[in-house]
Amino acid sequence: MIAHRVQRDLARAISAVENGHTDVRGALAQFAALGHAQRNGARADVIGITGPPGAGKSTLVDRLIEGFRANGETVAVIAVDPSSPFTHGAVLGDRVRMQRHAGDRGVFIRSMASRTAGGGLAPATRDAVRLADAAGFDVVIVETVGVGQVELEIVAVADVIVVVTVPALGDSVQTIKAGLTEIADMFVVNMADRPGANATALDLKHMVREGAREIPVLQTVAQDGTGLPALLDALAAKRGAGDSNAVRAVRFEVVRRARDAAVRAALAALDSDDASAVLDGLRDHTISRNDAVDALLAILGGPAHAH
Amino acid sequence: MPIKVLVAKPGLDGHDRGAKIVARALRDAGMEVVYTGLHQTPEMIVNAAIQEDVDVVGVSILSGAHMTVFPKIMDLLHEREVDDIVVVAGGVIQENDVPKLRALGVREVFNAEASTQDLIEGIERIVAAHGRDAARRAAQA
Repeated sequence: MIAHRVQRDLARAISAVENGHTDVRGALAQFAALGHAQRNGARADVIGITGPPGAGKSTLVDRLIEGFRANGETVAVIAVDPSSPFTHGAVLGDRVRMQRHAGDRGVFIRSMASRTAGGGLAPATRDAVRLADAAGFDVVIVETVGVGQVELEIVAVADVIVVVTVPALGDSVQTIKAGLTEIADMFVVNMADRPGANATALDLKHMVREGAREIPVLQTVAQDGTGLPALLDALAAKRGAGDSNAVRAVRFEVVRRARDAAVRAALAALDSDDASAVLDGLRDHTISRNDAVDALLAILGGPAHAH
Repeated sequence: MPIKVLVAKPGLDGHDRGAKIVARALRDAGMEVVYTGLHQTPEMIVNAAIQEDVDVVGVSILSGAHMTVFPKIMDLLHEREVDDIVVVAGGVIQENDVPKLRALGVREVFNAEASTQDLIEGIERIVAAHGRDAARRAAQA
């Protein structure tokens, strides 16, 4: 059980990081100063749940919470839904499927809007996981936004990644395309009571058989809990198997941070006086679009960027 | 940073069309809206509000049970030592209950005639005056 006061202060610490009032180190220090930090250093098992919109990720998370709680483990969930690129607003609806756990002090559920991030998570998701870990949760489940083929940031956060799919989203060629299928530690074909589930599972099994790693392919009906015991067993086996994803996760995170820093630098450079002069020229038709791009890249970092 | 709002539907009232329209309108106004679905107990609403650390809880209630539900929500927030989350009410609420709800600490009551624009402006105004950031700044000072 995690005390109400700890839950409240964890929620506030996540907001502080999410809104840029402090960084994760500051938030962790403050959390410790309040006497809430149960431990420092990663100990919670972090499970990533990803897959296309409407595949049943939130319903599956609800069932996983149930399973871990039955085992006496405390669970934090960080569930990400998309922000509008136009208004920055968001509707965060993942809790709807998990609300029966809202009264359980062993469960903490936090929705996050993806804000500016495009990789399936929010900028503060990783920090929220660290804070939930510090609060003493045994398991942290991260649910990504509904993803397509290229939103892979979950690899930088989760120890075990479950890719959830549903029957009839495509033929076997989809299973050999790059991206989402490469990051799975296990596949779940959810809504397995629908036509085509066996064929989808078979396509995935054929694909998996060609690879070097052992990747289970499971079938579930999250709605009624069918297949959940097998999924919990598969997760337990992966959780005990060491951190084979660590190198990939660290590489990915380093690239992400470097890219974020580069983007911030570019945005700052676009606000400079030199850049405004170029943009004014563009508006007045004294410079072409291509020349404007080259001129702005030169302002940003010299000719190396201009190509 | 965006205003974060929990849109909650307590009790047995099974109509959430209005709540969904509100959620969508607040989204389009640039807010982050957590929706929890139907049939929520005050305990579930308060726990969700705390875990989500929202600025505002908007409770939509059409069933007439508001004088039962709101005292419980306000009591639970005090019990959990959360005094910086603003609570507003919406739905079908008799005029003579409005002062009673305000006395409980409900900051605003939007009746069925309120437009989505009224809601957006009302929430923005209340958050600016009484929101958690204002409250937390005061607590730190």
